[in-house]
Amino acid sequence: MDRPPVVPVGIIVASFAAAFVLTGLPMAGWAAPWRPPWVALVLLYWCFAVPERVGVLTGWGCGLILDVLVGTLVGQHALALGVVAWIARRIYRRVRLLPLWQQGVSVFGVMMVDQLIVSWVTGMRGLPVDALAHLSVPLAGAVVWPWIFLILRRVRRRYQIE
Amino acid sequence: MNFFTRSSSPTLRLGICAVLSLALMVSDHHRQHAVWVRSALSVVVYPVRLAVSTLFVELPGDVVAWLSTRDALIQESESLRHQLLVLGSRIERLQELEGENRRLRELLESSARIEDRVLVASVLGVDIDPTSSGLVLDKGTQHGIRSGQSVIDANGVLGQVQHAGPISSTVVLITDTSHALPVVLSRNGLRSVAVGGGPTGDLDLAYVPKDADIEVGDLLVSSGLGGRFPAGYPAATVIKVETARGGSYAEVRLRPLADLKRAREVLVVFPSDGAAEGTDAG
Repeated sequence: MDRPPVVPVGIIVASFAAAFVLTGLPMAGWAAPWRPPWVALVLLYWCFAVPERVGVLTGWGCGLILDVLVGTLVGQHALALGVVAWIARRIYRRVRLLPLWQQGVSVFGVMMVDQLIVSWVTGMRGLPVDALAHLSVPLAGAVVWPWIFLILRRVRRRYQIE
Repeated sequence: MNFFTRSSSPTLRLGICAVLSLALMVSDHHRQHAVWVRSALSVVVYPVRLAVSTLFVELPGDVVAWLSTRDALIQESESLRHQLLVLGSRIERLQELEGENRRLRELLESSARIEDRVLVASVLGVDIDPTSSGLVLDKGTQHGIRSGQSVIDANGVLGQVQHAGPISSTVVLITDTSHALPVVLSRNGLRSVAVGGGPTGDLDLAYVPKDADIEVGDLLVSSGLGGRFPAGYPAATVIKVETARGGSYAEVRLRPLADLKRAREVLVVFPSDGAAEGTDAG
């Protein structure tokens, strides 16, 4: 098996790092439910673009880091992002062919699954769940998706990550 | 052992990840082994928090400071000097009172309260999850912080260390729904427990009899019962007292004195010998 070149891996890691930093961006209280799920979006892009490299395990690992970053139970986002990567694996062939706005619709659906898993665990712990977030977070994700897609595609072509 | 190779199916991997996630969540919920995972990951997360804090909190502050005019700075320095004078005079009076207090305690043969040792920590960020309320500090076990230590700011009790990682730690605020703080009414010594009210940012006093002598504006200080929080730190003031018809308890709403939303620097109190050792937070 060929060893993957170092640069592309670094680029993928850097894009995730940027997503984590964006997740930490302070937002006003009213805007908090509209925070796009940056990490899930970046994960989804790489799952669509290089499914042989980025998959369930990457998603799971990113989820663990996200859990510690946002202060949820360890494993909560990990489970959700693992599922996201798994869904991406099943649909990437079809989604890659769609125009951007239709990709946004698929992204909305996947982000909704992500959001539902996270709030399901929160609800099971008896903590209050923000009902608006079920719709607002996936919607914010779908709106941001075209930009994420265009920026990361440019990066991917520039560094020839296949 | 071909689990990690590319040939194994994503579904199998997802199954294993799901089982691991569930095990971690259960363990974390009961504060068991997952605490290790959290500690290790908090080191990975630290640079991210540092970047967030530098990019979005400190940098804008620096720019504002750089742009503010000389006049504004002079004005600020003047007001600070004024404040220093006021505080200095207050400290003089307090020192005198402290001495008197010590003498009185000696007369009563009770152990004098030693001044608590504190450590200044900066707030790196807040929990993003809207359902929980916590702070992240830039100090951890490396600096001697243990879970369970109380955290205060200049105005009053803020919360307690929930989890201490190697170089950072998380603090659960007194307003968190899972948090309870033993308090005493400074006016008449009535003891009670202040329970966090969650997103409202207020606290509720638990199990206060209807006929208790409690009024709006009363000050509550930590009572030191339970041995986790040191006694005598101001915690909250009463903002509402209500008695529901037919109920046997009064509904008492409190406002925390500490600036929970805007605290940038906080003090972590080290327990004086014997108090609050070991046991997990919560």
